[in-house]
Amino acid sequence: MIGQLMNLKATELCLSLPGGAETLDTPAKSAVGNKRGFSETVDLMLNLQSNKERAIDLNNATASKQKTLLKDPVKPPAKAQVVGWPPVRNYRKNIMTNHKTSGADEASSEKAGNGGGGATGATLVKVSMDGAPYLRKVHLKMYKSYQDLSDALAKMFSSFTVGNYGAQGMIDFMNETKLMDLLNSSEYVPSYEDKDGDWMLVGDVPWEMFVESCKRLRIMKGSEAIGLGTSNSPF
Amino acid sequence: MSEDDEDQSPATDLRSQPPCSPNKSRNCISSSQTFPDHVLENVLENVLQFLDSRCDRNAASLVCKLWWKVEGLTRSEVFIGNCYALSPARLTQRFKRVRSLLLKGKPRFADFNLMPADWGANFAPWVSTMAKAYPWLEKVDLKRMFVTDDDLALLAESFPGFKELILVCCEGFGTSGIAVVANKCRKLKVLDLIESDVTDDEVDWVSCFPEDVTCLESLAFDCVEAPINFKALEGLVGRSPLLRKLRLNRFVSLEEVHRLLLLGAPQLTSLGTGSFSRGDQSQQEPPDYAAAFRACKSVVCLSGFRELMPEYLPAILPVCANLTSLNFSYANISPDMFKPIIHNCHKLQIFWALDSICDEGLQAVAATCKELRELRIFPFDPREDTEGPVSELGLQAISEGCRKLESLLYFCQHMTNAALIAMSHNCPELTVFRLCIMGRLRPDHVTGKAMDEGFGAIVKNCKKLTRLAVSGLLTDQAFRYMGEYGKLIRTLSVAFAGDSDMALRHVLEGCPRLQKLEIRDSPFGDVALRSGMHRYYNMRFVWMSACRLTMGCCKDVARAMPNLVVEVIGSDDDDVNRDYVETLYMYRSLDGPRKDAPQFVTIL
Repeated sequence: MIGQLMNLKATELCLSLPGGAETLDTPAKSAVGNKRGFSETVDLMLNLQSNKERAIDLNNATASKQKTLLKDPVKPPAKAQVVGWPPVRNYRKNIMTNHKTSGADEASSEKAGNGGGGATGATLVKVSMDGAPYLRKVHLKMYKSYQDLSDALAKMFSSFTVGNYGAQGMIDFMNETKLMDLLNSSEYVPSYEDKDGDWMLVGDVPWEMFVESCKRLRIMKGSEAIGLGTSNSPF
Repeated sequence: MSEDDEDQSPATDLRSQPPCSPNKSRNCISSSQTFPDHVLENVLENVLQFLDSRCDRNAASLVCKLWWKVEGLTRSEVFIGNCYALSPARLTQRFKRVRSLLLKGKPRFADFNLMPADWGANFAPWVSTMAKAYPWLEKVDLKRMFVTDDDLALLAESFPGFKELILVCCEGFGTSGIAVVANKCRKLKVLDLIESDVTDDEVDWVSCFPEDVTCLESLAFDCVEAPINFKALEGLVGRSPLLRKLRLNRFVSLEEVHRLLLLGAPQLTSLGTGSFSRGDQSQQEPPDYAAAFRACKSVVCLSGFRELMPEYLPAILPVCANLTSLNFSYANISPDMFKPIIHNCHKLQIFWALDSICDEGLQAVAATCKELRELRIFPFDPREDTEGPVSELGLQAISEGCRKLESLLYFCQHMTNAALIAMSHNCPELTVFRLCIMGRLRPDHVTGKAMDEGFGAIVKNCKKLTRLAVSGLLTDQAFRYMGEYGKLIRTLSVAFAGDSDMALRHVLEGCPRLQKLEIRDSPFGDVALRSGMHRYYNMRFVWMSACRLTMGCCKDVARAMPNLVVEVIGSDDDDVNRDYVETLYMYRSLDGPRKDAPQFVTIL
C-alpha cells in the first residue's frame, strides 16, 4: 500500500522540483516566481573541475569480464565469446557490422559514431544546448538519477571553453563563470523529445520512465519553453 | 636512465619508419684542457644538430655531462613510448627546443576492451606544460591517448607555427576540436586522424579551414564517422596546391571522389577513396570513374572502399601498376572480384585485406606481388567457430611467392606447423610475425599436435624477428624455443598459451631485447613474475591479465623495484585485499606513480 502511494506521489503532476514544493521558496540562484530555471529543475551544481569529456564506451562501462582462467590448459575451450578475443579492434568490428547490416542509415551511423562498443540497444541521445556550437551525446543508462545527469551535462557543456568561430549569436564559452551564470539563470530549461515526438520538460517523471521515453535532449532558452507539455498531459 | 628508447613505431598510413642506424663510433672531445667550455658547447651544438636518430642521440647523451647538456639543447624531436614513464615537467626541463613530440599512451590490449574506459593517458597535462615551454612546437603525434576538445583548442592557440597533428587510435575529442585546429593553425601541413574515435558534434569542420590558400599536404579523416560538407571540401582541395595525401571518410560518395580527382588528381600520392559507392543512384549514367583514376598519375597508396560497390572496382585499374600500398581491409571482396585487380599490382609492397579474398586471393597475391613487404589479413567475421576462408594454404602460397616479406599479420581459423616452418625458411627477412588462430587452444589441424614446432621454426630461422604474436595450442616447449632463439625480440604477445610458469621464465631469461610483453589468459603465476625482476627496468611495460598472479607477489615486486609502477586493475567490486590479480600493468617511471589513476586502478 505504501509502495503504491509512493509511486503515485512520484508521478503526481506538479510544477516544482521532483522532491517537494518547498524549494520554490528558497532563495535559489535563479527562480523568478514559478518559472523554473535550469539549475532549479535539475538541481544543477556546476563542478568546473574536470575537463574530461567522458567517452561513452558501452563495452567498457561494465568492467565485468569473463574470467577464462584455465585450470587445465589442455581443456577444450569454452564456447562462450570471450572479451577481446579475437583481438580485432572495436573500430574495425564496428565498420564490419555496418557492412553486414548494409546501412548508411541513421541507426548504424549512430552506432558507429559512438565508436568503442557498438552494443545493440544503446540508448544514446543527442544533447543540444541553444547557442552552443556543437552538440553532445549521452548514454542515459549510465546515470542513475536526474542529479547524475545534470552533473554530467554541466561538465560537458562547461568544459568546452573555445570561443565562437564564425557563427552569429553563439555563446562565448571562453568564460566559464559566464557560462555558469547563464545556466543558473532562468534563461535555460532542459527539455526532451519523447517517444511520441512531443517536447516535454525534464524532471516531471520518475527517472526510469524518463530514460525509457527520452529520445533527445535540448537545453533551450526559457522563452521558448512556454507551451511544452508535461508527460501526464490528458491529451 | 634515458627516458626515450629505441623503437620501430608500428606502421601508420601504411608506411613504416626507417629503423635506427647502428651506433657510430664517437670522438670523445676532452672537455677541459684546450678550449673554454662555451666554445666547446657551440662546436658540439653545431655537430650534434645533425644527429637525427634517437638511438644515436641517446648514446651521445651518455658520453659526459657536457654532451648530455648540449644534446638536450639540440634534440628537436622527442619520442616517449609510455606517457607515464616521466612527467611533462621532466620533458621540458631536459629538452629545451623541442619541435616535435611523439607520445604513446594506453597499452595495446586496451583496444580489445581488456581495460575499463577512463584509465588515463590524458594529453591535457602534456599540452598545458608544452604550451608554456615550447611555443615553437610544430608537430604532435599521439597514439592511444585521451585527447579532449579543450586540449586541441589549447594546442591550436599556443603554437603559432604548428604544422602537423597526427592522432592514431585516440579518443575523447570530436569534430569541434578538429574545427578549432583547422581554423587556428594557419601553417597546418598535416592533419591525420587515423583509427580514432571522433564524436560527431555536428560541426562543419571542413568549412573552418581558412579561406585563403592552405599549406595542407596531408588530410586524413577516414575514421570520422560524420557527414561532411562536400562543397567545402571541394573548395579546400581546390585551394591546397601542396596536397599529396587525402583520405576521405565513408560519407564521401564515388561521384564526389570523382569530382575531387578532377580537381587535384595529378598531385595526389595517397588516396583514401571514401565509401566507393554511388550516392546518387537516380542518375542513369555514372561518370567515367576510370578516367578520374587515370588522372591519378602519382598515386602509389590506395585505401578506403568503406562501402564498396564491387561493380565499380575495375575503375581503379589504371593506378594498380603504380601502387606500392593497397588497403582493402574494409571491403568484402570475393576472390573473383579481387583477382583481376591484384593481377596488375606488380609493385605492391604493403597489402591489407579481409579474409574474404580467401586462399585463392592470397595465391593470386603470391603470384604477382613479388615485392611484398607487409601483409595484413583481417577477419570479416571475427568469431571463433566459423569456417575460415583463409588457412595454411594461403600462408604457404604467400611464403613461396613473396620472399621479401618482412611483416605479417594473419587471422585464420586453421593453421599447420608445416606452413609456419615453410614460411620460416622462405621468408628470412621477417621482422614482424603475428599469427592469430582465432579458435583458442587450437592445434595443428592436420597433425593434431601443438603449434610449438611451427612457432619454434619462426623464431629460429627468422633471425631478424623483433615482434612476435602467438596463438593456437602452445606448450612450454614453444616458449623454450622463444627463449633460446628469440634474441632480437622486442615485442611479444601471448594469449591462451603455455602450461606453466616455466614458459614465461624461458622468455624472461632468454630474450635480452624484450621491451613490451603482453600476456592474457595464460597459466603464469608468481614464480614466473619473480623470475623477470632483473629485466623490468629495461622494459617499457609488462601486461598480464587473467593469469595466476597474486597480490602478495605483485606487492613484493613493487617493493623491490621502486622505479617500477605496478598497477593492478580490477573491477569496482574487487576487494583490494583479495589475493587474485585480474590485470597487472607495470612500467618503469622516472617520476613515480601517476596522480591521475582512477578508482579501479590500485598502484602498489
